[in-house]
Amino acid sequence: MIEHIFRGSKKYWMWLSFLLIMIAAGFGAYLYQFTYGLTVTGMGRDVSWGLYIGQFTFFVGVAASAVMVVLPYYLHNVKDFGRITVFGEFLAIAAVTMCMLFIVVDLGRPERVLNVLIMATPHSIMFWDMVVLSGYLLLNLLIGWNMLEAEYNAIEPAKWVKNLVYLSIPWAVSIHTVTAFLIAGLPGRHYWLTSIMAARFLASAFASGPSLLILLMLVLKKYTGFKTEEKAIHKLSLIITYAMTISIFFIVLEFFTAFYSQIPTHMHSLEYLFFGLEGHGVLVPFMVIFAVLALVALILLLNPKTRKNQKYLAIACSFVFVSMMIEKGLALIVGGFIPNAFETITEYLPTVTELLITMGIWAIGGLILTVFYKMAIGVKEQTGGAEF
Amino acid sequence: MKMDRRNFIRMCGLGLLGLGATKADKIFADVTKSKYLRTASLQGKRWAMVIDSRKCNDCDDCVAACHKVHNVPDINKKEQEVKWIWKEGFHGTFPDLGHQYMTEKLEKRLFPILCNHCDNPACVRVCPTKATFKREDGVIMMDYHRCIGCRYCMAGCPYGARSFNFQDPRPYIKNMNNEYPTRTKGVVEKCNFCAELLVKGELPLCVQACKKGAITFGDLNDPASPVRKILENEATIQRKPSLGTYPSVYYIV
Repeated sequence: MIEHIFRGSKKYWMWLSFLLIMIAAGFGAYLYQFTYGLTVTGMGRDVSWGLYIGQFTFFVGVAASAVMVVLPYYLHNVKDFGRITVFGEFLAIAAVTMCMLFIVVDLGRPERVLNVLIMATPHSIMFWDMVVLSGYLLLNLLIGWNMLEAEYNAIEPAKWVKNLVYLSIPWAVSIHTVTAFLIAGLPGRHYWLTSIMAARFLASAFASGPSLLILLMLVLKKYTGFKTEEKAIHKLSLIITYAMTISIFFIVLEFFTAFYSQIPTHMHSLEYLFFGLEGHGVLVPFMVIFAVLALVALILLLNPKTRKNQKYLAIACSFVFVSMMIEKGLALIVGGFIPNAFETITEYLPTVTELLITMGIWAIGGLILTVFYKMAIGVKEQTGGAEF
Repeated sequence: MKMDRRNFIRMCGLGLLGLGATKADKIFADVTKSKYLRTASLQGKRWAMVIDSRKCNDCDDCVAACHKVHNVPDINKKEQEVKWIWKEGFHGTFPDLGHQYMTEKLEKRLFPILCNHCDNPACVRVCPTKATFKREDGVIMMDYHRCIGCRYCMAGCPYGARSFNFQDPRPYIKNMNNEYPTRTKGVVEKCNFCAELLVKGELPLCVQACKKGAITFGDLNDPASPVRKILENEATIQRKPSLGTYPSVYYIV
């Protein structure tokens, strides 16, 4: 199977080289950060987590969303997803790897990261996050690889692999729940202290993850000739529509509780993010973009005519992805620290170094995804599993 | 079983899982024995502090004494500074208490603030490596060699009492005190209630440094201790008591 990775068109190699250049740039920026410390980031004693932890949170969602193709296929026998489950699993592998890297680059002492396992501390949610994320990576590696190998050998996948698939379904839910628990149980962080945090996380994940998967399938169609059945895309778009509607509904719920109760600490973060507070509002333009993109996407998704049109669906999917990336991948984490413990405001924007490192990690995710997808398509091409 | 490449890798994997399982087994045993739910004991010492803000004036003696001895760096970037004890106004210290018609005196008063050495510390609960831990005498301590710099404790602390070393602190220490260790880049630090002095039977530096006697220190478990005496005779408050952290630093306003 691996041989497919090393055989590709000129375009394939150019894409890989582009990714490698991005990775090199990110790695250079990381060396700079590693030498001088996190002082080169926009973080400080008030906003002590920033873009890295935001991106980590967002991509845990992308990883968990693989369950949205796996669950319908294995539990509800939705045959349309049969040919794309492996793409969902490989997307999860790339996303979880990115999550782990985002944690490592955020650490002040990355060389001590294994202390989390050596000094295992069950009362820390971060310990559990490391456990469930590593477990999820292992599960998807085993499942994805064995499923593809079975297809390669034109045999039924082994029973134990199928059992692992069933295990991976609740496991996917667990990774995003535990990630929500990371921030939803802290005294004094009013914006995060909401019991629907895990539900919000899962809903937005099941909107943004499948959106990315549809976009990837459309890219594959254009560049490789691998065609995903219309029916599968249609079913996925329905899932996105429900998940996006629920996500926006949850955000409305947060607004209601804060603004009807009129409790200042509950209103402050939302006010800061969406309207600006006491003259501070660097994130307001981002939140405006979020709101506009999310609403346009919702309209395009709810209307069956636009949803069934692949051109509009692609627009809707990219809007869902970008809007959720802003809301969850940046604002949610930063908003939790504003106002700070003294009810004053320190703002945060990522520095160029942070952006470069983040870009580098995206490129690593892209590289993993490309290589795995190349292999999967190669196998499907050989066995005639794909319509070309 | 034939030992080919595949079986070899499988056996390796099984071995690793087994190792993990033994470790997990130990952890679960510890959890069931409530090893991680230890609270400060009612016997023995239980350290606490009372700060009489009426006596506190414009000086910075407590801050200077603490920061000098503990090698706290003087970093000019305000957002990345390291501090163990410092002064905040009423609204910053007690954000949930102020109102708009307070006396001018109170509006202008500064309150020394430091780690509260909570009885139910969120920082200890969230730390993934036990680099922050609570001693039986109530002091919240840090192991700077174990801290991975994840800053989860800073997100957990509702008092903003923790500082992260965003850069190497050593170039920013003006007069190095060789009797006390310095910290490194990438770890969190905070007030330690002068644990190094408590063990010798001495009072914390800020208490010693205050010429006005505004800071009182003692054993909460001892009814005759100076802190208990003040707590019984004066109206005292804690910072953000509604969060259930049970701070060990009390204030007279």
